[in-house]
Amino acid sequence: MAKTNNSSEPKKKRRLSLLQKRSISGYLFILPWLIGFIVFYVRSLIMAGGFAFSKLTMDTAGGGYVTEFVGLDNFKYAFTVHPTFTQILTTSVGNMIIDVPLIIFFSLFMAMLLNKKFPGRSIVRAIFFLPVIMNSGAIQAALDLSSTMMAGGISSDAVEQTVSAAGTMAFDIDYLINMFANLGIPVSLLDYVVGAVDRINDIIQASGVQIVIFIAALQSIPGSLYEVAKIEGATGYETFWKVTFPMVMPHIITNIVYTIVDSFTESDVVDLAYDVAFKEFNYGLSSVFSLVSTVVTCLILVIVVGFIQRRTFYYN
Amino acid sequence: MSDNSIASVAVETPVKEKKQPVKRARDFVNDPLEMKILFGDLKGLVVNIVKILILIGVSYVILSPIIGMFVNSISSNKDAYNPMVFVLPQFPTLERYALAWERLDYIPTMAADLLYTLSITVIQVLICSMVGYGFARFEFPLKKFLFACVVVMIVIPTHTIMLPLYMTFRAFDPLGLCTLIFGGSLNLMSTTIPIYIMTILGTGVRSGLYIYIFNQFFRGLPKEIEEAAFVDGAGTWYTYFGIMLKNASPAVITVTVFSIVWQFNDTFYANLFLVPDSIVISKKIASLQATIATLDKILTPTIQELYLDAGIILVLLPIVLIYLVLQRSFIEGVERSGIVG
Repeated sequence: MAKTNNSSEPKKKRRLSLLQKRSISGYLFILPWLIGFIVFYVRSLIMAGGFAFSKLTMDTAGGGYVTEFVGLDNFKYAFTVHPTFTQILTTSVGNMIIDVPLIIFFSLFMAMLLNKKFPGRSIVRAIFFLPVIMNSGAIQAALDLSSTMMAGGISSDAVEQTVSAAGTMAFDIDYLINMFANLGIPVSLLDYVVGAVDRINDIIQASGVQIVIFIAALQSIPGSLYEVAKIEGATGYETFWKVTFPMVMPHIITNIVYTIVDSFTESDVVDLAYDVAFKEFNYGLSSVFSLVSTVVTCLILVIVVGFIQRRTFYYN
Repeated sequence: MSDNSIASVAVETPVKEKKQPVKRARDFVNDPLEMKILFGDLKGLVVNIVKILILIGVSYVILSPIIGMFVNSISSNKDAYNPMVFVLPQFPTLERYALAWERLDYIPTMAADLLYTLSITVIQVLICSMVGYGFARFEFPLKKFLFACVVVMIVIPTHTIMLPLYMTFRAFDPLGLCTLIFGGSLNLMSTTIPIYIMTILGTGVRSGLYIYIFNQFFRGLPKEIEEAAFVDGAGTWYTYFGIMLKNASPAVITVTVFSIVWQFNDTFYANLFLVPDSIVISKKIASLQATIATLDKILTPTIQELYLDAGIILVLLPIVLIYLVLQRSFIEGVERSGIVG
């Protein structure tokens, strides 16, 4: 084991201050990632950035490609000419903003339920983790292919539509909505709640990872804090807001970052970029799509995380 | 309901405290303390019932497609065409599993895939925890900027860097080293080496996210632990491997689980580096339906789907089992707040 703490060794060389030693060890710890990031990501990003400003033609004979500088043409095309890009981008961002709070609250709630002891807990936890496992690209692709082939016979979409139509007939949701609207609840709030209930399946499917992170977070809270709270006579409600919530706050940030990134990588923008690159072979335009959406996501992350980070309590 | 329970309590009381006279229901209602105990229990019961209902409901939403798949995988041809069959097939059969097992070349492929997945996972946990610890506990110039780079790494869609990565590994020659040793650049396509290299350098499948998770966990650990270790003369690396990593065991388990699942499910890098499908079973499942159609001359999509469902269940089973084993280690963090090593 390398000894960076050389205070025990005789004073051969110029002594570094403790702070300098710490910063050198810091660099040593992140060194593998730093190399990887520079070699694979920085280099690739520079290339992708280059693609965004040029027209790429595949040279099938040599197995390479030829770039031709076109300036801002790709950007102009993406924002002014391309029929769907701006629309898809704004809807993706809109959906992201709606879904993130729902997913975070739902998964924190579920994690707290699953953190309690009850018979059959391990099985229930396994069930909650299943969406993460099922959400595999290969399995989804295989299932999609299979349902497309089925569409030759009976279209599964048509069947689903009839089923859901029958379902809504049995329980008239419009009646409830009207009732609440008559009570004077703002329409936008109602729409939000109804939309959330409508997408409950998507929300459950999307929160498997977050639940696991929250469970781990809840378990890393020192039990002594709860003991103190109990001795001081705090109620369950107070314990949640004064102990549990501040202690899981850093992981709420992790989960927000994950949820935003996840809803973005699953969004239509990424699909569009992929299709443009590998079906229309327009790498320049595809790079523009990817870069623009990456920048937008990073901006959202910076704003949201910056806003929450200031209110976050870290143990130290 | 409440009348009954009051009565039952009233009957039981004299057994415990013999000296007191029998209490009637009215006395309980008048006594605020007794009321609190009584309705406290009732409230707890209601809360528990609501919890159970929520858990069952959500579990059903998650399980229903999988139940459908399982039913499909044990249905015979007759059941597949019988509209009366719902959940319980009339003539259950294991024939779907037998054929899917054979076409997936199950045991050798699964063994190779698990070996590959688990070895990558070990590397991921080691490297990402190290990097996460470096970001969480050390102050160095450019730290904020570099950590922003980690976040950028999580955000960038992988296909943006797909083409450059392909070029890098098709003619692999870092700093001219390969030319120096082997006399030419190496073509690392159709091997797993590129994935191992990327993982060791902290840029594997979702490494950025793991670094982020570890960072958040290490930041949440009390600094006193390290100060105590430092005072007792532990070096930086011993403090990390011997003490901090053990204290971050919830994070280690979390990342292990994620890494196994995502590495196992990853087809993006496997396709990009042309990893043979005798190692990556996910690639086989994607083509299982076509394989069965061509080799076994089963041309009806409805029947093909039954085999596909059986194959998917076969592929998912080991991962679910691994998760069940690992989550036993998600033990209560109560005792884990001090130094454990």
